[in-house]
Amino acid sequence: MTSHRSNIWRLGQKELWSLWRDPVMLLLIFYSFSLNIYVAATSMPETLHKAPIAIVDEDQSPLSGRIRSAFYLPYFLPPVQISLNDVDPALDAGTYSFVLNIPPDYQRDVLAGRTPQIQLSVDATRISQAFSGAGYISQIVASELNEFKQHHRINTVLPVDLVLRARFNPNLTSSWFGSVMEVINSVTMISIVLTGAALIREREHGTIEHLLVMPVTPGEIMLSKVLAMGLVVLIATGLSLTLVIRGALHIPVEGSVLLFLACAALQLFATTSMGIFMATVARSMPQFGLMLILVLLPLQLLSGGITPRESMPELVQQLMLVAPNTHFVMASQAILYRGAGLDVVWPQLLALATIGTVLFILSLRRFRATLSQLA
Amino acid sequence: MAVTRQAAPVAIVRQLSQHYGSTVALDELDLDIPAGQMVGLLGPDGVGKSSLLAILAGARQIQQAANGKTEVTVLGANLAKAGERNRVCPQIAYMPQGLGKNLYLSLSVEENLQFFARLFGHDASERRRRIDELTAATGLSAFLARPAGQLSGGMKQKLGLCCALIHDPQLLILDEPTTGVDPLARSQFWQLIQRIRAQKPDLSVIVATAYMDEAGRFDHLLIMHGGRVLASGSPAQLHQQTGTTDLDAAFIALLPAELRQQHHQVEVPPLLTDANTAVAIAAEQLSMQFGDFTAVDRVSFQIRQGEIFGFLGSNGCGKSTTMKMLTGLLPASHGQAWLFGQPLRPDDISTRTRVGYMSQAFSLYSELTVRQNLVLHARLFHVPAASIDARVALMLQRFGLTTQQDALPEQLPLGMRQRLSLAVAMVHQPELLILDEPTSGVDPVARDQFWQLLVDLARQDKVTIFISTHFMNEALRCDRISLMHAGKVLVSDTPAAIIASQQATDLEQAFIRYLQQAGAGEQTQNAAVSTAAPTVATAPASRHFSWRRLWSYASRETLELRRDPIRGALALLGSLVLMLFIGYGITMDVANLNFAVLDRDQSLLSRHYAQNLAGSRYFIERPALQSGAEIDQRMRSGELALALEIPPNFGRDISRGDPVQIGAWIDGAMPNRAETIKGYVQGMHLHWLSQQAREALGTNVSFSAGVETRFRYNPDVKSLVAMVPAMIPLLLLMIPALLTALSVVREKELGSIINLYVTPVTKLEFLLGKQLPYILLALLNYLLMLLAAVTLFAVPLTGSFVALTLSALVYVVFATGFGLLASTFTKSQIAAILVSVLGTIIPAVQFAGMITPVSALEGSGRLIGLLHPASYFLSISRGLFNKALNLQDIYPALLAMSLAVPVVLLLALWLLPKQERG
Repeated sequence: MTSHRSNIWRLGQKELWSLWRDPVMLLLIFYSFSLNIYVAATSMPETLHKAPIAIVDEDQSPLSGRIRSAFYLPYFLPPVQISLNDVDPALDAGTYSFVLNIPPDYQRDVLAGRTPQIQLSVDATRISQAFSGAGYISQIVASELNEFKQHHRINTVLPVDLVLRARFNPNLTSSWFGSVMEVINSVTMISIVLTGAALIREREHGTIEHLLVMPVTPGEIMLSKVLAMGLVVLIATGLSLTLVIRGALHIPVEGSVLLFLACAALQLFATTSMGIFMATVARSMPQFGLMLILVLLPLQLLSGGITPRESMPELVQQLMLVAPNTHFVMASQAILYRGAGLDVVWPQLLALATIGTVLFILSLRRFRATLSQLA
Repeated sequence: MAVTRQAAPVAIVRQLSQHYGSTVALDELDLDIPAGQMVGLLGPDGVGKSSLLAILAGARQIQQAANGKTEVTVLGANLAKAGERNRVCPQIAYMPQGLGKNLYLSLSVEENLQFFARLFGHDASERRRRIDELTAATGLSAFLARPAGQLSGGMKQKLGLCCALIHDPQLLILDEPTTGVDPLARSQFWQLIQRIRAQKPDLSVIVATAYMDEAGRFDHLLIMHGGRVLASGSPAQLHQQTGTTDLDAAFIALLPAELRQQHHQVEVPPLLTDANTAVAIAAEQLSMQFGDFTAVDRVSFQIRQGEIFGFLGSNGCGKSTTMKMLTGLLPASHGQAWLFGQPLRPDDISTRTRVGYMSQAFSLYSELTVRQNLVLHARLFHVPAASIDARVALMLQRFGLTTQQDALPEQLPLGMRQRLSLAVAMVHQPELLILDEPTSGVDPVARDQFWQLLVDLARQDKVTIFISTHFMNEALRCDRISLMHAGKVLVSDTPAAIIASQQATDLEQAFIRYLQQAGAGEQTQNAAVSTAAPTVATAPASRHFSWRRLWSYASRETLELRRDPIRGALALLGSLVLMLFIGYGITMDVANLNFAVLDRDQSLLSRHYAQNLAGSRYFIERPALQSGAEIDQRMRSGELALALEIPPNFGRDISRGDPVQIGAWIDGAMPNRAETIKGYVQGMHLHWLSQQAREALGTNVSFSAGVETRFRYNPDVKSLVAMVPAMIPLLLLMIPALLTALSVVREKELGSIINLYVTPVTKLEFLLGKQLPYILLALLNYLLMLLAAVTLFAVPLTGSFVALTLSALVYVVFATGFGLLASTFTKSQIAAILVSVLGTIIPAVQFAGMITPVSALEGSGRLIGLLHPASYFLSISRGLFNKALNLQDIYPALLAMSLAVPVVLLLALWLLPKQERG
């Protein structure tokens, strides 16, 4: 037992030395956990940001003018007035996401107590803006209309007010979300690349062969890589959270950083094992690279870190429960945004531990089985 | 073969210095290489032989000395000038160091030859004639269809020679052509060179070699050390100068004094054994099978304790595989082996501490210092902690490494690195050492020092040594040797007995006879290289642009791609899988949101308000909330996306007309989702109000905006319809760029990039030739994705197919061009992957309008969005898929996109060097 532990300790030290003398990898780690996070947080626009909108005003009344002037930055670009004939070509070319058509005699009809319809054309291929933008525009038109009506005492408004408050992120600042999710993406990517590339490099340099003739077991070799690389990424994550997210970006973190790091440690256990597994399957760096893309993209896009999980098809949701990222994202969101404690996130921790163990065992078996081809 | 004719030197070098970082490869070198002769360049590794040959071949850039007096003239052309270099390069043939370094191993013999012949502009019949002639002369004609990777070392070198000779060069430059080749193949190789020279007397040959016995047959020798020429002259002159009879001795005598003093003749005391001497290793019918290929075929031997046992044979004859089986690295397919009387089991940890192993390639951790390497190995071998320091110190001292203990292995000369490897293998005091070609590439002095250490270990410490080598003088020092060929042991005995059994004069001759008896060697030795002068004068293809050379690269790349189905399959299948996953996974419409109500009123009206929400497809009602604290707790866990709080007396206050406030709490953790929820809730609130106004107050007034929303192009606002046309531009950018970049960087890593440097192919032909197959692959990929989109995802293509295909073609030319660009400044494959992935994903996902329209971006992001073809192709793809457009609607975007193609290609052309950086 002690010899196991001391072997892993020695081999782990060696991994750290190797990484320390590899400037490219160090640069990649540094970039992923600092600049990359900063850029992701600051360049990510709000949901509705400078949406291009055009208005066909066939009424040209005070009311229609009032509606026109209700669209302003940063949500909308200043509306452009176009003629009815220009609508289709402009939408076809994708110049505007929204075109609002105010019909003739709009104000007169409103004053007469009728409900004239304003037509809103939405370019629904701009899927991210289509929904929220259409909602926004309806809101804006409605509030202008209500004010106008109140002003003219056309009818009484029911005195029921809806008070909306966003919890955990009162101003719905996108950078809060984007930055932390980018940390999670970096944790996944760097841990897979580090362990995978370390194993492939040992194979290419022939040093793995050397290790195998020594009195160390494959389990020790693999565990040392998993632990050493996991430790490096864990430290980088902690630094990134305190120095970049809290420090440079001034984003408040609600919950316990320690609990988050515990989650990250479990995630790393799973992803580093995955890195080893991929490195045993790939026969060369190019294959590893292609495989990396195939694995990373779904992990990042479908784990709930970009779009909400509940909106995904049932099958995708179920399938993604197998991926450690999904649980890691759930737990991180709960801890970092909502300040949840262990009493809330324990199911995710348990899931991560289980997935990590399964992946580790699978990788270890694969690692043992392919050893003779590695040497 | 004394040559009397005096001609102008074939190469003149003046004041040539070449530095790589702090290492000096060549140090103010001045030399003349006589024409029409066989000139040998002698010296150990790392003395600048390869640098000099690469410069003479025009493959490497010349570092101009500060005083500007550096001059390299080959065949009358000044190699520093690109124009003269291009003119003379078709007359030079260059075979770089390393077996088959400039060959394409997945291609067959015929395909390799065709590739080179096309590069030199021969037409089909001329190519056929030359290939038949050369392969007949070299005995390769029977193996035309065999992939180069499956040839033996000697045959690979013959193929390399054929490829070099295919264009009738004036000057043949061979860098260690026979290293790692068995003696029979070696002697055949030199016979071949002699025959070629006999028929083409004006051919000059420059050869670098580490074998002194070969060098003895050359016309003129240059002995190099430390980047300088120590001596030059014919072998006879050198013997005379040094008063020696063999070149090994002459070489040592010519070395600087301080190096010479380190040298001592290796004396091997006789082995003292008796019947009681234990057997250290025994092998019985040991075999190794890789698929159909038998690497080791029923090998049996016994090695006694304290014996030095040698394994002799060419590369790939099974020596390394046998050794790996004995270390437990490879489990034997058949047969059995015993270490120290115990049956060998690969998983047996305890025997490993008794064995030290040194593998063929230098394989220590280059990131650890000399000392760290020793300490690490000592600890892993469980040397007691207390004695580690002493043991490491002893090893450092015994192997002469004390002064270098804090250096990184890469900073050490090769001979010292080999001693470090041996020290590491010895650090745990093993009883048996298994050494796989430990002295390849090491100079004679260092080799003898190394052997002295081995002899001491064997005789004084009684360590059993099992060593493989292809140096005959080393084999002679072994107590017993085995000759191995094609997986079989031909004979096992003492060197003297082996020589005697064949009545040979030396071991090499005996080995060659054994090989011949085993049926080795290619037979067609008598077919001569019939005509030195080609019947058809080589029509010199244009030096500027030739379709044939472009086609040569393109067809070769296609062949390689076809031979590596995994790469192509990953690219084609991968993009489909990604499209499937992402198309289904990324949804922008937010639905199935969990909400709960804290109803403090519990009236009919308050319940009606909640039902209004629960009835929509966007919301799912969860069990009701009981307290304010519960709101907090359930939102924190992420269970609820929305919590409504209806105040007490809600119903009463409404009917009285008193102001009422409903509280709605939204989970703001995901801002995007929160915004959408906000919109939903507000809309439903207004809807409820107008409903109430109608029912309760009897007025028919709408509180909703009266906005009739039409979702154009995608009426159901389906994510798939919007995402699929956006995924095609992303995948069609990323994967082709990645594959193209890798294809070039791979050539850099494997060494075949040298063909760009030394053949007449121009940079443009090279780039376009490499690009063409990947354009075709990407187009195939595009068609597959289109098919999947229309059938699998049921996203109809409403616009023009021709317009989309045309745009896709322009776009993939850009994508592959970007890959070429990325490859020009990356050196390793991993760097190429990172650069091409980061360089394509970020602009395509963030700045091209996939999620956020370009017009909504700011600053540099907007600029990238406006310039990058992905933006234009994205809008074309959406327009053609969703908006039923045709060619005339999209041609402005197509035109804008086309502009980027020449930009990337010209940049790549400008950045790609035509010579290896010196």
